[in-house]
Amino acid sequence: MTSDSIAAAARETAPAGARDFLRGQIRWRWSEIVFWLATLLPFVLAPDYLVLASQVAISALFALSLDLILGFSGIVSLGHAAYFGVGAYTAGLISVWGWGEPLTGLVVAGIAAGLVGYVTSFVIARFRHLALIMITLGFGLLLQEAANSAGWLTGGFNGLQGIHTWPLLGKFEFDLYGYTAYAYALAGLFLIFLVARRIIHSPFGLALRGIRENGARMPAIGAPTHSHIRTIYTIAAIIAGIAGAMLTQSTETVSLEALGFQRSADVLVMLILGGTGKLYGGIIGAVVYMVARDQFAGLNPQYWYFWIGLLLIAVVMFLPNGILGGLELLAESAKAQWAKSKWAKTP
Amino acid sequence: MPPVFGVLFDGIAYGMLLFLMSVGLSVTLGMMNFVNLAHCSFAMLGGYVTVTLMNALGWPFFATLPVAFIAGAVASIVLERLFFRRFYNSNELNQCLLTIGIVFVSIAAAAYIYGTDQQPMQLPPYLQGSIHFRGLDLAVYRLFLIAAAALITIVLVVTLEWTRFGAQVRAAVNNQRMARGLGIDVDTLFGFTFALGGGLAGLGGALAIAMLGLDPSFALTYLIYVLIVVSVGGLGSIAGSFAAAMLLGVADMAGEYYIPALSSVLIYLVMLVMIMWRPSGLFGRR
Repeated sequence: MTSDSIAAAARETAPAGARDFLRGQIRWRWSEIVFWLATLLPFVLAPDYLVLASQVAISALFALSLDLILGFSGIVSLGHAAYFGVGAYTAGLISVWGWGEPLTGLVVAGIAAGLVGYVTSFVIARFRHLALIMITLGFGLLLQEAANSAGWLTGGFNGLQGIHTWPLLGKFEFDLYGYTAYAYALAGLFLIFLVARRIIHSPFGLALRGIRENGARMPAIGAPTHSHIRTIYTIAAIIAGIAGAMLTQSTETVSLEALGFQRSADVLVMLILGGTGKLYGGIIGAVVYMVARDQFAGLNPQYWYFWIGLLLIAVVMFLPNGILGGLELLAESAKAQWAKSKWAKTP
Repeated sequence: MPPVFGVLFDGIAYGMLLFLMSVGLSVTLGMMNFVNLAHCSFAMLGGYVTVTLMNALGWPFFATLPVAFIAGAVASIVLERLFFRRFYNSNELNQCLLTIGIVFVSIAAAAYIYGTDQQPMQLPPYLQGSIHFRGLDLAVYRLFLIAAAALITIVLVVTLEWTRFGAQVRAAVNNQRMARGLGIDVDTLFGFTFALGGGLAGLGGALAIAMLGLDPSFALTYLIYVLIVVSVGGLGSIAGSFAAAMLLGVADMAGEYYIPALSSVLIYLVMLVMIMWRPSGLFGRR
């Protein structure tokens, strides 16, 4: 689907060359500007829900990081929460050890997650298909069990106690209402989104899509597949770590659940729901998923997963490109209808 | 007598259970390359069928086992016809997502009907207790488990090695396109294999209650173990699955006995090393 649209777009712009094709891709659309302005609305319209909004933004950032590897590079991961957890625990630990400054905390957490991601990426780049799924799953479970066993460091089953985040920039306290938390999470999401958008629309991003579409042919045209995969995997790990750190800092807690299988599955559901390989897919998916979960909060989590399961089955069967893919289809058919009616009117 | 024999005995009994629950997945994965993460949901179904028949209707333990097998087989064939067969040509991500969805639904349904507690089950008196043999306590139920699983394994191997059906299955696992070319109806064959695998999982689940317990998280907890068995043993290889299940069962029991704090870390570590060392499994060809 995506490859077709890329190919079609490339054909349209082919005479102008590859550089202009990329330039055309990266141009900001009106819908994007409207979307980002709309993310400011919760401050005005729903000040009671800012805590939820901050959680949505953090989940969206996490989903964006998964989209970079799964949606754009075709690396299936069932253990992406490992990097989220490394970031979350790093931010929590340096706060417990007496340094609660949030921005430096983010940087350190990102570096820690990135290091773990870089080391694991050497393994990830070598495998595909079932072996890759098993390795990512096993690595996530391994880290969770290790964190559980290392109770002296992580607090084990009870989670890390005594996290305190200092005011942002020395001024803005992380309060119960979530003003600071949402502003912080949204700013982080937007800035990292800009970076991700730039990466995706660079020649490197195009090479990643090539690897996704045909991993065997890319080396044949001279693309260093393994090193590309290592790079994007490390970047995704850094972003996931930053998302984890943000969650720790804004809630001042971190528990084993931060790196569990459930979180890996949740973020996968969000991304699939929104649509993979579309940059905005993870964000839309996170909004829908988190708001729905908040609405069903009275439900026992066991029953909540019944609906998540049904949703997964339905999306995979009927909406393979997610909500965004469905919307694109609708828009295309509407456009075709409109063109047809215009033809009918002209004599 | 040193405890090492006791650990070995428990490990083998545990490994037998894991083998029963995973052999079906191994064969279907090798045949169709379909990643069915819902396989342990069939085992869970078998377990709940047995518990319900025994506790609510007062059936004897042995009479419930065939019903557990049939329940697993029927559930798997229904799901296969309804959902799975549309995804044989899809990528493994979609297959994973579809079957994880089914796992979630099955866990929630089990929690809704039976609650989240462990299910109580009373074994018949002749399967309780233990036999003293040269200073070793051998639990009767585990002896029974090993004997039953060994019997089923022999039947399975004989079926696959010496019957027409078995030859067709092996041909389809080996080279699906070639098998089709020779006129084997791979789709129907696959339906039967799928049902057989689901049925064995259901039976394994029913036999597992007395040793591993049964609650709604069963479908996810043991899925990990089953996946380890399949990926370490190699797709489509019965001998590989058997070896891997024994290895995993004994290693898990030994880990829990000697280093309880690190046992699960160790299991995952061993699995990762095995997959990296032999991505296609111990006995895998691909």
